[in-house]
Amino acid sequence: MKISRQTIILLILAAVFYALVKCLQLTGVLSQYWQLVLDQALVTVIGALGLSLIYGFTGQFSLGHAAFYGLGAYTAGVIDKVYGNGSILFFFISILAGALLAGLVALIIGLPILRLRSDYLGIATLGFGIIVRVGMENANKVIPVLGGATGMSGTPQTANFDLIFVLVLVVILLVRNFIFSTYGRACTSIREDEIAADLMGIDTTRYKVLSFVLGCALAGLAGGIYAHRYPFLHPASFDFLKSFDFLLIVVLGGLGSMTGTIFTAIGWGFLLEVLRAVLGENFIDWRGVIYALILIVAIILRPQGLFSGKELGLLLPRPLPLTTTSGKERTHAGTGN
Amino acid sequence: MPVLEIKALSKNFGGLKAVNNFQLELEEGEIVGLIGPNGAGKTTVFNLITGIYVPTGGSIMFGGEQINGLPPFRICQRGIARTFQNIRLFKENSVLDNVRAVFHPRVRYNLLDAFLRSPRYNAEEERILAESMELLATLNLADRANQKASSLPYGDQRRLEIARSLASRPKLLLLDEPAAGMNPGEVSRMVDLVRMIKEKFNLTVLLIEHQMGMVMNLCERLVVMDFGQIIATGTPAEIRDNPVVLEAYLGKGATVA
Repeated sequence: MKISRQTIILLILAAVFYALVKCLQLTGVLSQYWQLVLDQALVTVIGALGLSLIYGFTGQFSLGHAAFYGLGAYTAGVIDKVYGNGSILFFFISILAGALLAGLVALIIGLPILRLRSDYLGIATLGFGIIVRVGMENANKVIPVLGGATGMSGTPQTANFDLIFVLVLVVILLVRNFIFSTYGRACTSIREDEIAADLMGIDTTRYKVLSFVLGCALAGLAGGIYAHRYPFLHPASFDFLKSFDFLLIVVLGGLGSMTGTIFTAIGWGFLLEVLRAVLGENFIDWRGVIYALILIVAIILRPQGLFSGKELGLLLPRPLPLTTTSGKERTHAGTGN
Repeated sequence: MPVLEIKALSKNFGGLKAVNNFQLELEEGEIVGLIGPNGAGKTTVFNLITGIYVPTGGSIMFGGEQINGLPPFRICQRGIARTFQNIRLFKENSVLDNVRAVFHPRVRYNLLDAFLRSPRYNAEEERILAESMELLATLNLADRANQKASSLPYGDQRRLEIARSLASRPKLLLLDEPAAGMNPGEVSRMVDLVRMIKEKFNLTVLLIEHQMGMVMNLCERLVVMDFGQIIATGTPAEIRDNPVVLEAYLGKGATVA
């Protein structure tokens, strides 16, 4: 198998980033608290890339991403809590189970709804998010170990920075490979013009469902990892505000840009913690105001998002060996609307 | 056997008979023009053939098989491609990706190959790239391959639409006003282009056009529609002198000056 130069550079940069974090850890600059922030930001990258696939690349608007994140978290958490022994094997089994369940549920929701055009998915996923939240709050009445409204704890905290970092890297590479394949091109053509894509021989329902299932499975995967890095799962962590978090990251980063999603997800995680440090206890009250302000400012200053449609060269396929290039723009998967 | 055989085709929108008792047979290699005043139902016929609308009545046979009722992507995969009156490119994608996306149904690697970038993925991607670039070169767009589709000038966008439809390897090409908004020089280049691709790709072409220069030059046979019905058929010369056609376009009492 040929490994492209871009991939090698990407891996080298990842190694440098890894070494840097390790240095900060060893010198004690990175406290345990900020390590946790970083780890969770990386988990968010995985979930946000899922939504990026659904909304940024396929143009399907989902308002219930956190529900799938929560499904993955609870599934993985409960499997490892009940059957696991804290080993790495059970970590992988449980997070894969979380991803699979989230993907399966997405398939069941997506199949009927994604036959329709336009924004029905947004409404359906919004409703689904509420169902999941209510379900989580009352889950202890059926399965006591889930804890219901009081939350669930006791999942082995197997995940650490090393593990999460490798998983993020793998997910980034897989998503990149998907986007720059014929499947990714089918998805972006649906985003650009669904009717034209249909008329050009692309089974639009199939690829909308595929991207929705993959994206939700990534949310489930992220949730599963989260359950292994944060000891306490609570329904409130997976409500509409969390879905809004993901949406904000994808839109702010720029639709149709993996780079934007990745950087914004990490930046967003740190920004929230900085605000929490500055505002102290008021943070919870002010959160809604700050979200709204950030969105308004972003839309005024940069409506197309930070990286709209642009990717770091590292994430792109090899540039074309063209004799004449009259355009400045390079091949990329393009922006959203 | 005709490539396309349409019998008693009709489409109603509520009480409006947009297409009524429409008949058409296309022989292989023909270039046939579909003309008529605005609102005559020409684009509706295209939408019926390509599966955007399901016919109210009648049948559409393509290559001897009935295709009405199939979803648009299946009809395209069987070999009917089209362009649009108001250009519908994948605007934000590169020119190259506009063409490459259409290769999708014939790509011979699966999802796993894509995720792992297997040798099969690499080989297929190379083939798709080479064939797409060849297609772009045929339509004189090769040096624009990396540009955003929406950044192209109007004429190039029209040609890109044709390139994109050719990427699906059609037997029948439906062109919806390919020369709309073009000046006489551009129109004559478009005539040459349509002739060239027809020969090169062994196409049968059905085209809607208002530019009479183009229609008269290019088409072997014309079908004239008005109010959803066929009012005349014949060679361009016959149509030019047909009083019914003149009446439809210009009103009663008109004569050729």
